[in-house]
Amino acid sequence: MSTPEYYIADYCTIRHHKVYRNGSCTYTAPSSMPLKEFTKGVYSTLEIQYPKFYKMDTLSKLGFLATEILVEKQQLPVETALVIANSAASLDTDRKHQASIVDPTNFYPSPATFVYTLPNIMLGEISIRHQLKSENAFWISEQFDAQWITSYAQLLLQSHKAEKIICGWVDLDTDKYDVFLALISKQGKHPFTAATLNKLYVEH
Amino acid sequence: MSRQAYLVADTIVSPLGFSTSENLESLRNHQTGITAVHDPTLWADTFYAARIQNDQLQAAWQQIATNTDLTKLEKMMLLAVCKLAKENPSLDLTTAKIIIATTKGNIDALATAHPEKAYLHNLAKQLQNFLALPATPLVVSNACISGGLAIAVAKRMIQAAQCDDVVVIGGDILSSFTTSGFFSFQAVSPQACKPFCKHRSGVSLGEAAAALWVSATHSTTNESVVALTGDATANDANHISGPSRTGEGLYISIQKALDEANLMSDQIDYISAHGTATPFNDEMEAIAFNRAGVATAPVNSLKGYYGHTLGASALIETIIAKHALLENELIASLGFQELGVSQPLAIITSYQKQSLQRVLKTASGFGGCNVALVLEKIKV
Amino acid sequence: MATLPEELKTKIIEQLHLEDIEVAEIGDDDPLFGDGLGLDSIDALELIVLLEKEYGIKLKDPKEGKLIFESVNVMAAYIEKNRSK
Repeated sequence: MSTPEYYIADYCTIRHHKVYRNGSCTYTAPSSMPLKEFTKGVYSTLEIQYPKFYKMDTLSKLGFLATEILVEKQQLPVETALVIANSAASLDTDRKHQASIVDPTNFYPSPATFVYTLPNIMLGEISIRHQLKSENAFWISEQFDAQWITSYAQLLLQSHKAEKIICGWVDLDTDKYDVFLALISKQGKHPFTAATLNKLYVEH
Repeated sequence: MSRQAYLVADTIVSPLGFSTSENLESLRNHQTGITAVHDPTLWADTFYAARIQNDQLQAAWQQIATNTDLTKLEKMMLLAVCKLAKENPSLDLTTAKIIIATTKGNIDALATAHPEKAYLHNLAKQLQNFLALPATPLVVSNACISGGLAIAVAKRMIQAAQCDDVVVIGGDILSSFTTSGFFSFQAVSPQACKPFCKHRSGVSLGEAAAALWVSATHSTTNESVVALTGDATANDANHISGPSRTGEGLYISIQKALDEANLMSDQIDYISAHGTATPFNDEMEAIAFNRAGVATAPVNSLKGYYGHTLGASALIETIIAKHALLENELIASLGFQELGVSQPLAIITSYQKQSLQRVLKTASGFGGCNVALVLEKIKV
Repeated sequence: MATLPEELKTKIIEQLHLEDIEVAEIGDDDPLFGDGLGLDSIDALELIVLLEKEYGIKLKDPKEGKLIFESVNVMAAYIEKNRSK
């Protein structure tokens, strides 16, 4: 059986208050800027009207922003799968929910916070934005595991469960964050292998 | 012909017992694990949930090991996988791929002196250390479809010949974290939950763990074996918490799973639904099953026995569905009195024996995720 | 001091993260759900928490919210009648 070749068509990194698309820096903010302001700043460069953005937790905002930058104005096929991983799952928001239930005299758990205590909500947000009705999987590992992400994405592509894939790493732990997403398709410059994915991940 | 993924062996650790056979016996007898829980560390008022008694877990655990530094969830998960390994000497955990499926893991650790235990990769490392595994298990955390998604992944890995054996370990616990969250969603039933019933008013939460061995081969001495022949997940792309009004993602995943299994919708003999007993979830499922043309098949939800065990639920329900196929039996959908959805469904109201060949297992979760699995009985 | 409807608008914007909406843009009788502010089911749940946290009102049946959250004026009238803080 001949195996169709897949490529890393585009990739986006958000790290140290800098945004990179396909290796070039497209946005930068002072490192002292609070993360909330930074995400708002990146959002404003997109020039879109999407009030839902403000309701997202920070982890979803990071995944949302990286996806917008990654795909630009391209129309993604409905069969675009999302395969994203991180280290801290939704712990950043988990801690907020936990803080709201510690004191029995000030016990007001917020449904709008609780709903984000799941890392895959980010996949839902991206799916809603781009109308993707395809495969979703959220994986947890201590470090970015290019081997597994590539291997699982290949499983989906080779078994025709997805046409394109957005895969990568969106991690947030208190104020530390690390974001790297790649769009995998039949056309592109970089062959879709674990080694290449890892090389692009560590590029910046 | 492509490689099969057989559901070879399994263990369930739940309030209904610490083996699959004890669990099945309770289900056949319409016995629920849901009780009134009075525990202010979980919720100020009495509420209904399915809880594993700590002393019973401890007694079972002491037959496995003397470690005391493990959390309740870790003990539940390890109890399940250790029993699985003991009952199946041919299973080699050191060469099998291990996938952990959980929604919230050790989330109760956030309120303790060891909040680092709440990192899901630390949970994976605890299991790795205890079981002396050469590699850290994979961890999937995809809300309430986690357990079902992990089984689908196991099949995909086996069919692509990435490996021959996968063990899926799933589990979630009752915690003040999830209890308070579901209460804030006004989604907790004041009594034991009533899936698909007119009088339903929300979920009952539960806790459980399970382990399932999925393999490219089987050595059964029985006359038949169960294989996973179709699977798919699909996102609703509609809302992050509200189920789709059209059942879109669930409908798509059922269609794709049936296509992969090369089946027509009328060939499904039984549906093991998600059936959380929230008004919107059950309505969404009824719409999706009707759209997919499978709604004439008998259907149940096991949430009336286990409560909603989050990341473990679809794993446990798939295990029960497998045994239902092998034993030709339909488990009653506990808590159901009168149909309370807008589309017809053939809810199973009492335990019955019936010849079965193919089962559809579905689950849906926050984030708009849905999974469908097709299980088929194959003559050996 | 701000009137109750004005105070409510500020709190709704804050609690529901309506960052791109100004107090002046919300009319006293504008519908909160549907086309108006584009609120959804999670926002409705969040407003139930707001009633309890800020005004000590615990809804016996969450379905009541549908009527109470019709507009800022309806909400303010309900709060005046039922508040315990």
